[in-house]
Amino acid sequence: MEAADRRRLLGEMVFARRFEERCAEAYHHRDIGGFLHLYPGQEACAFGVQERARPAYDYVITGYRDHVHAIKSGTDPKAVMAELFARETGCSRGRGGSMHLFDAANKFMGGYALVGEPFPLALGLAKGIQLQGTDQIAVCFLGEGADNQGTFHETMNMAQLWELPVLFVCENNLYAIGTSLERSTPVHDQYKRVQAYAMEASQTDGQDVDTVMASADQAIEHVRQGHGPYFLELMTYRLRGHSMSDSGRGYRSEDEIKEWMERDPIYLFRDRLIAEGILTEAEFEEMDQGAQQRIDDEIIPFAEESPEPDINELTRYVLDDDPGPALGRVNEGGK
Amino acid sequence: MAQAFYWDALRRAHDEELANDPLVFAIGEDIGLPGGTYKATQGLFEKYGEHRVIDAPISENSYTGLGTGASMTGCRPIIEIMSVNFALLATDQIINAAAKIRYMSGGQVACPIVIRSPGGVAHQLGAQHSGRLEKVFAGTSGLRVVTPAFPADAYAMLKTAVRCNDPVVILEHEAIYNLKGEVPDEEHFAPLEGAQVVREGSDVTLIGYLMSTHWNLAAADKLAEAGISAEVIDLRALKPIDGETIRASLAKTHKAVIATEDEAPVGMSAEIMAVINEQCFFELDGPPVRVTAEDVPVPYNEKLERAAIPDADRVAGATRKLLGSS
Repeated sequence: MEAADRRRLLGEMVFARRFEERCAEAYHHRDIGGFLHLYPGQEACAFGVQERARPAYDYVITGYRDHVHAIKSGTDPKAVMAELFARETGCSRGRGGSMHLFDAANKFMGGYALVGEPFPLALGLAKGIQLQGTDQIAVCFLGEGADNQGTFHETMNMAQLWELPVLFVCENNLYAIGTSLERSTPVHDQYKRVQAYAMEASQTDGQDVDTVMASADQAIEHVRQGHGPYFLELMTYRLRGHSMSDSGRGYRSEDEIKEWMERDPIYLFRDRLIAEGILTEAEFEEMDQGAQQRIDDEIIPFAEESPEPDINELTRYVLDDDPGPALGRVNEGGK
Repeated sequence: MAQAFYWDALRRAHDEELANDPLVFAIGEDIGLPGGTYKATQGLFEKYGEHRVIDAPISENSYTGLGTGASMTGCRPIIEIMSVNFALLATDQIINAAAKIRYMSGGQVACPIVIRSPGGVAHQLGAQHSGRLEKVFAGTSGLRVVTPAFPADAYAMLKTAVRCNDPVVILEHEAIYNLKGEVPDEEHFAPLEGAQVVREGSDVTLIGYLMSTHWNLAAADKLAEAGISAEVIDLRALKPIDGETIRASLAKTHKAVIATEDEAPVGMSAEIMAVINEQCFFELDGPPVRVTAEDVPVPYNEKLERAAIPDADRVAGATRKLLGSS
């Protein structure tokens, strides 16, 4: 990877970190409502995998901790923030919210609140790819907590049975809200669970974006070459609580949190770039300042100044705007 | 115009739609190589191959989700769930996902899936194979729910459902697949909205759908022998319900009998009654009557089973009582 690309990637990760921190602030100011699940600590997972996939070409789908996956897919961060602020200019027109970001143009097929629900949807995206005969892949990001849902087993079974082009990325952050991995399942290595379905799988460090990229290359190659699905387990940690109402501390020791903070993916990557001589401390500071400035000067004002949805459009988008096809007028609007 | 079995009308619609668009596919348990429990896809596995007529493992929630995910890329899946009772396992994918994705995405992502599933009380299938779950789907924003009662509608509504850009739940009935009826030879499409008057009359309006439409037609015959002229409305669509066709009929008859195969509490009859109350109140000359299933899990014993659900005699009896001619 070229030095310029490595600097760009770090810049994107720093931006994502600052974006999420700014969301927390906006939440405390009640500019953002509902539930809010933030990503700090796990950035190397989304960035490492999506950097090596083809954003806006490959489909991406995930759970409710979805802001960064959308941004890396190509969604304008202004449209993400506007969505969190419940504005018409939001990427889901203010109808979705933090957990339901969508950006079809960039093939970001949504964030979902039901744990494990995206597994089958991802399988379907891959089925669509199969029937349309392209070399796209579907990438499904979910946490290890989702692996205890029935959809996990049902989907892994069908994905391998039909060898569909889907990459499952398990961001194993060790906790399903407040219940630890050890207290949820007797099989702690998640990649071993899918091996029961004869699926190719591996486990790697999810804090080191270089390691993630190397594993992602292998996994993506497998899927894109038509060898069937792949399950990539990334060992990671969320530095914050599960959501804004969770401190993330009652069920995790201070020592454990400290240990993982020392392996913060952004600082790991920063230190490596400095050691490689392609970045200076001062350049990093500049990068960080620039990210914060962009958020404060462009992104937040855009969200604040955007209009809310028109109340007269409350029931729009429940069904197709054009009732023709449903009324059997297939030559007017139907395919 | 040819006579066709209900199942064969469905099979023909599948065949035509699979031929029309390479992104149409069918998925369900035993629908491929085995030909389908109700034969609705018979012969199509051989014709279109295993990638488009797919035998799914017994994973209702996830193969329904597969269909939804594929629809988000432009495919048009027809998902068969062998019994509506099993569809409860898929309600996360149907109700939380398919029904809400267009809305949650601000109109960006459509989910044009078709879910076909038979329900109703057939013959001694027991409590877990006799569910009538129309209330579950008809009460969900973002879904269309239709109930073709005749072979012609089964054909033409499935055709439209495949072309429609909304998720459509087609509720069929275990005991209707072998019903025979006229189905025009030319390709055609029926609207997924709008009731139809299947028998004209002037004294009373009998309202129903799916199996209860057949009870109502038989009841109308019995009532005619007693000199009562009953109009029969087959709702065809449960979401949305066509209040205007009901109103037009009640403007003539002023009396309504609602027959449903499901239980009364929070059931379809309650919704139909609410529609009448809101849209047709001043057409009525007395309160509408409903004839529904008993509020009981459907028993295995045949006598108990018959007692649990209505039939033509009960509809006719309730109508005569309403008209004061019992």
